Amino acid sequence: MEETMIEEGESNREGGGGEVSPALIAVHPLEKSVAVAIGSELRVFDLIEDCSSSLVDGSGGPLHSDSIRAICFGANGRLFASAGDDKLVKVWTTNPWQCVRTVIAEKRVSAVAISHDGLFVSFADKFGVVWVTGTDGDHEIKEKASPIFGHYCSIITSLEFSPDGRFIVSADRDFKIRVTVFPKNPFSGAHEIQSFCLGHTEFVSCLSFVCTQEHPQGFLLSGSGDSTVRLWDVTAGSLLDTCEVGSKAGLSECDGEEENVYSAITDICTSADGSVVAVGIQSLHGVVLLSCDLSARTLSVIKVVSMGETFVPTSLGMSSSAERLWMVTGASNLPVCPSFTHVRVISGLKKCGSDSSDHEPAVVEENEIPGGIKLLEKLQGSGSNAKEDDLLAVAEAVKAAMRNQLIKRQYSVEKRELRKKRRNDRKIKR
Amino acid sequence: MSENKKVKTKANNSNGLPRKRFYRARAHSNPLSDSHFPVPIAPSHVDYSLHYPHYFHPDTTTDDNGVSTFIPCKTRSKKIQFADIGCGFGGLLISLSTLFPETLMIGMEIRDKVTEYVKERILALREANPGQYQNASVVRTNSMKYIPNYFEKGQLSKMFFLFPDPHFKEKNHRRRVISPHLLDEYAYTLQVGGIIYTITDVEELGEWMKDCLEDHPLFEAISKEEFAADPVVKLLSSATEEGQKVARNDGQTFTAVYRRISLVATDLGIHEV
Repeated sequence: MEETMIEEGESNREGGGGEVSPALIAVHPLEKSVAVAIGSELRVFDLIEDCSSSLVDGSGGPLHSDSIRAICFGANGRLFASAGDDKLVKVWTTNPWQCVRTVIAEKRVSAVAISHDGLFVSFADKFGVVWVTGTDGDHEIKEKASPIFGHYCSIITSLEFSPDGRFIVSADRDFKIRVTVFPKNPFSGAHEIQSFCLGHTEFVSCLSFVCTQEHPQGFLLSGSGDSTVRLWDVTAGSLLDTCEVGSKAGLSECDGEEENVYSAITDICTSADGSVVAVGIQSLHGVVLLSCDLSARTLSVIKVVSMGETFVPTSLGMSSSAERLWMVTGASNLPVCPSFTHVRVISGLKKCGSDSSDHEPAVVEENEIPGGIKLLEKLQGSGSNAKEDDLLAVAEAVKAAMRNQLIKRQYSVEKRELRKKRRNDRKIKR
Repeated sequence: MSENKKVKTKANNSNGLPRKRFYRARAHSNPLSDSHFPVPIAPSHVDYSLHYPHYFHPDTTTDDNGVSTFIPCKTRSKKIQFADIGCGFGGLLISLSTLFPETLMIGMEIRDKVTEYVKERILALREANPGQYQNASVVRTNSMKYIPNYFEKGQLSKMFFLFPDPHFKEKNHRRRVISPHLLDEYAYTLQVGGIIYTITDVEELGEWMKDCLEDHPLFEAISKEEFAADPVVKLLSSATEEGQKVARNDGQTFTAVYRRISLVATDLGIHEV
C-alpha cells in the first residue's frame, strides 16, 4: 500500500507539467490595499481609492514569468516584496505601486521578508541559502544580493524578522526553526545563531510573531506538517506551548491506513497582540481561531469558523488592527480551472474573545466586503465562477503539491536497495 | 583518494575486536540526500543511556501495557563535550577516550557500515578493558544537517574534522564539511574558548578550510605555543587510520586549529548579546 502511494506521488510530480502553486494573499498593515498572487500574476486592489491598482515597473527588470511563491508587506506598508519560481525578487513601493528593484536570484525563491526599518529585503531559496539586499537605490551592487547564512540543503519555507528587529527567523523542511542575530551590516553575513527552535516532527510551513507592550521582544508561532501550532521563546529557543490544531478542528489524524496523513498547517496570521491567531489547515473548509495568552504563555482554540461551502484557504492575511481576516484559495497550473482564485473575508474577529454572542466571527457577504464586487472582480480575476468540484480539485492539488515538495518520503529497505541499483552513475557497471 | 578507506590487512583479530574487512563500505555518502535514519527531535531527546550506559540509566518509563516511552531529559549531570565529525573507523575517538577519561565524546559518521564497525569496536574495548572506554560512543547521522539536533548552544569544547572528503570539483564545494555557512552552526555548538581541529592531506582542501576559519568572525587561530603544547594536535595525524596511511606514504598533512571566540563590537556592527 505504501509503495503504490509513493509511486503515485512521484508520477504526479513528474507528469503534471508545471508545478501547482497556491494562491497567496497579503493585506497592507493599515488595510490600505490587498494583494493576491496567483501563478505569475500579481493583483492589487487599492481600498483607499476603491479601485484596482495598476503595477508599474520602474526597475527595468523583467516581469514575473513563473509562479510567485512569497509575497509580503513591510511593517509600515511602504514596501512590498514578491518572489518565486522565476528566481526574481521584486521590491515595490505601495504609494504609488511601482517596482523599484528587481534582484535576480540564483535559485528559485521560497520565502521573502522585509526588515522592520524597511532597509533590507531578505529572501531564501530552495537550496536553503538566505540572501539580503538593500532597498536603497544607491546600494553599490544594485542587482545582486549577498548570501548571509544557510540551512544546509533544505528548502526554507518561511522567513520572518522579530518585532524588535534583532533576529531573523527561518524555518525549513527539516523540522528546524533557526533564530539568527541580524547584524547592523548584514552584507558580511549573519554568523551568530541565537537559538534553534526544535520540537516539530514534520516540516515547518509557516511562522508569525506576536508581541505586546509588556513583551516587546515578541513570541514566535509556527505551523507545521505535523498538524500543530507551537509557541516559542526565540531568545532561548524554548518551546512554550503546543496546540494540536488538527485534532482540535476535528480532522482525523489517522485515516486507518497510513500514519502520514496529518493535515498540514498552511498559514498562520496573527493580530499584533496575539489575541487572535487565525490558522489555515489542509482539508478544513474554514479557519481555526486561536488565542495566545502571552503572560501565561499558552495557546488555546477559541473557535473553528466553518465557511459553509467548499473553501479551503491557501493563504491568510490581516491588517494590524485585525478587524477582518482575508482568505484566498486557488492554485495555478491546474488543468480544470487555470489561475482560479476565490477571496473570502471573515469579520468580527476582535469580539470573539469576549462572550457576547451577537458578534460571532462570520463570513462577510460578497457585497459587504470592503471594495465590494469591484475588489472581487480584480482579485479573483476571470474564471471565478467555478463549480464545487473544481474547488475540491484545487484543495487536493495544493495539498499534493505541498506533500510532494516538503514531506520526506519513507522507503522500505527493499525499495531503497532497488533505487540504489537504478542509480545513473552506476549504470556502466551493470 | 584520501577518503578511500578500504583496508586490506587483517588487523585486531585478537580480543574479539571487529575486523574491518567485514565492514567495507562505499567511500562516499551523499550529504545532500534525504536521510532515512532516525534523528532526535532535539538535544534533550538524545538517549544518553544507549551511548553511555555506565553513566546513565535508561530515560524511559514503562506504562501498564508494557509500552515504554522515552522521556526527554532536561538536566543531565554530564553532557557530551567532544564531537568527532566524520569519525571514520574511530581511531581518534579511541585515543581521546583514554586521554580524557572523564569527558563524554561522540563520533558522527554517515556511512552505516563504518558506524557499525566503530560501535562494535568500542563495545569490544569496553569488554576487554573493564572501566575504560565508557565515555566514547558513535552515532550514524548526517552532521551537516543535524548537528543542532544533537548538541545545545555552547555544549561542545572540542570538534574534530579529520581528513574530510575533499570534493575537488567546484560544483561540489557545497558538500564540503567545512564551509562558511556550516561554520556558523559549529560556532553555535562550541562554547566560547572551544577548539575546532581540522587536518587533511589535500593541500587545496587545507587552504580552503584555513581560509573559511580565518574569514569567520567567530574563530581565531590558536597561538604557535598553544599548538605545540596541545597533546590533541599530535593525535590528529597519528591516531587515525587515515593519518597513519598518509604517514606510511610519507605524505604531507595540513592542519588548522582555531578557537571559538565571542563577538565584540566591531566595525561590522555586530554586537554581543
